[in-house]
Amino acid sequence: MSALRLDVRKTYKLYIGGNFVRSESGRSLPAPSPSGGLLDNFCHASRKDLRDAVAAARAAADGWAKKSAYLRGQILYRAAEMLEDRAAAMTEEIARSTSAAPAQARAEVDLAIDRLVYFAGWTDKFAQVFGAVNPVASSHFNFTIPEPTGVVAALAPDEPSLLPLISLAAPAVLMGNSVVLVASEKFPLPALTLAEVLATSDLPGGVVNILAGRRGELISPLAGHLDINAIVNASRVEETHRALQAGTAVNLKRYAARSLTAEDWFTDAAENPYWIADTVEFKTVWHPIGL
Amino acid sequence: MMPQTLAAPRQMPSIRERVPTIDQVTVEERAASFAKRSIKTAAKLAGLKMTVSMMDITSLEGKDTPGRIAYLCRKALQPIAPKYESPSCAAVCVYPNMVRHARHFLGQRSAVRIASVATAFPSGQYPLRTRLEETRRALGDGADEIDMVINRGAFLAGEYNRMFDEIAAVKAVCGATHLKVILETGELVTYDNVRLASQIAMEAGGDFIKTSTGKIQPAATMPVTLVMLEAIRDYFFATGLRIGMKPAGGIRTAKQALAYLVMVKETLGDDWLTPDLFRIGASTLLNDVLMQIVKTVDGNYQSADYFSLS
Repeated sequence: MSALRLDVRKTYKLYIGGNFVRSESGRSLPAPSPSGGLLDNFCHASRKDLRDAVAAARAAADGWAKKSAYLRGQILYRAAEMLEDRAAAMTEEIARSTSAAPAQARAEVDLAIDRLVYFAGWTDKFAQVFGAVNPVASSHFNFTIPEPTGVVAALAPDEPSLLPLISLAAPAVLMGNSVVLVASEKFPLPALTLAEVLATSDLPGGVVNILAGRRGELISPLAGHLDINAIVNASRVEETHRALQAGTAVNLKRYAARSLTAEDWFTDAAENPYWIADTVEFKTVWHPIGL
Repeated sequence: MMPQTLAAPRQMPSIRERVPTIDQVTVEERAASFAKRSIKTAAKLAGLKMTVSMMDITSLEGKDTPGRIAYLCRKALQPIAPKYESPSCAAVCVYPNMVRHARHFLGQRSAVRIASVATAFPSGQYPLRTRLEETRRALGDGADEIDMVINRGAFLAGEYNRMFDEIAAVKAVCGATHLKVILETGELVTYDNVRLASQIAMEAGGDFIKTSTGKIQPAATMPVTLVMLEAIRDYFFATGLRIGMKPAGGIRTAKQALAYLVMVKETLGDDWLTPDLFRIGASTLLNDVLMQIVKTVDGNYQSADYFSLS
């Protein structure tokens, strides 16, 4: 062991289509520690990376939606297992990025794992609970079933740095949507570490894509992107909220705001099954029955 | 008395000797360099529209029906809403049996030409008599252009004269009608062969040389197209004749198409940047180009949901 060993500094990559890629723009940004020092560098996504991420999400959406609900649940559960496996690393990542105490960071990781398991359970229950067989006055079976809306873009809040990622991505992914997650600008490293967990979790490439960088560059192309079917926004910046809502008019995207305080993300409020309904389309089918 | 040395009888060099060989490394590096140009905004939009105007949109499937061909023709005539000011495509490319349906839909006078594959497309492995008959039928049904396949079996067996004669025979049937000669470069294996086959096709009377049928992988690639473009350039210097080029198959994105345009411009010059001398054969490319046009004009990234089926 030598004290002279050089640091091996990591450059965190974007997670697009199951691959860890540098930004198309070649840019990176330093991730500062709470005290102002340099933690590591991370890739600075451009709007073309957003374009690529949406293309990857679109390519993955169909296959993911066709997997059985049971299998999607198994895969999400596997993601929870992998996070459990890497809980120590994730704790360390949160603690060094934010000013959270190690115990507090560990509590967040534990809750994130539990929450992933919780949402994994909903995959084969949502249609049961939220779908319906409707009474109609003719000789038809009439039933209402949820289907994924397609590609969902989600914007994470700054704090906490891990929990909201689960609460934003899991409700969309569990029903067969694919997600482009825009990490916090302030604390991107836990999100990019989560990408490394997801990459080893049997989740098909492209089902979750994670971008980091400057929000301001991504909001406008994201809002106007015609191939994004829904936006879930957990940023509480009023300007962002308005810019995104304006963009939804272009192709009638669904829009859901998650206006939670940092403390709220630790409560049941962030395990709301109605959040799943925000990124599904309910289809009602009339099926004739014989006389 | 010294015995007089007799000069060897003069012979025409064989075509194999007249055609230069290709340096694989150089041609691949040079071809790759064309994809590195930065083409933005106004130049990009102009390039995209030029791509549309040079496109032979293609449907060569067993499941082609008159309805599908009518749809193809409609798309070729008016690829996208008029406000984007896109030109129509150069041609539709169909099987001989579909020519009359395309003609019926497009009428006798149309901005969109009808190209028919012929001569036992895609294999070419049928008797010459039936191949010529097929060509005659396609012409009789109203084809404006014939895309023939060469006899790769003959070429690879070294029967260059036979290949030449067959192309010449098809050209004789075509008369003034444009003849595109498909080399099917994916089956010719080496760049030397591609260069040689290009030379034979041009000398035998082909108006265009075309890379591929689209049924064999690899289809059109940048290096193969560059080899053919250089053959066209040298043929022009030798004879003054302008032969057209049509890469086909494997060009799926607008970005690729722009790189091909750059390659044509930098190898043959602006003279060749016209649908009369350069075409791109493709089926899925058109939608990507249209998406890029709309993106450039409207500013939003587009979704395939808003474009017609390709």
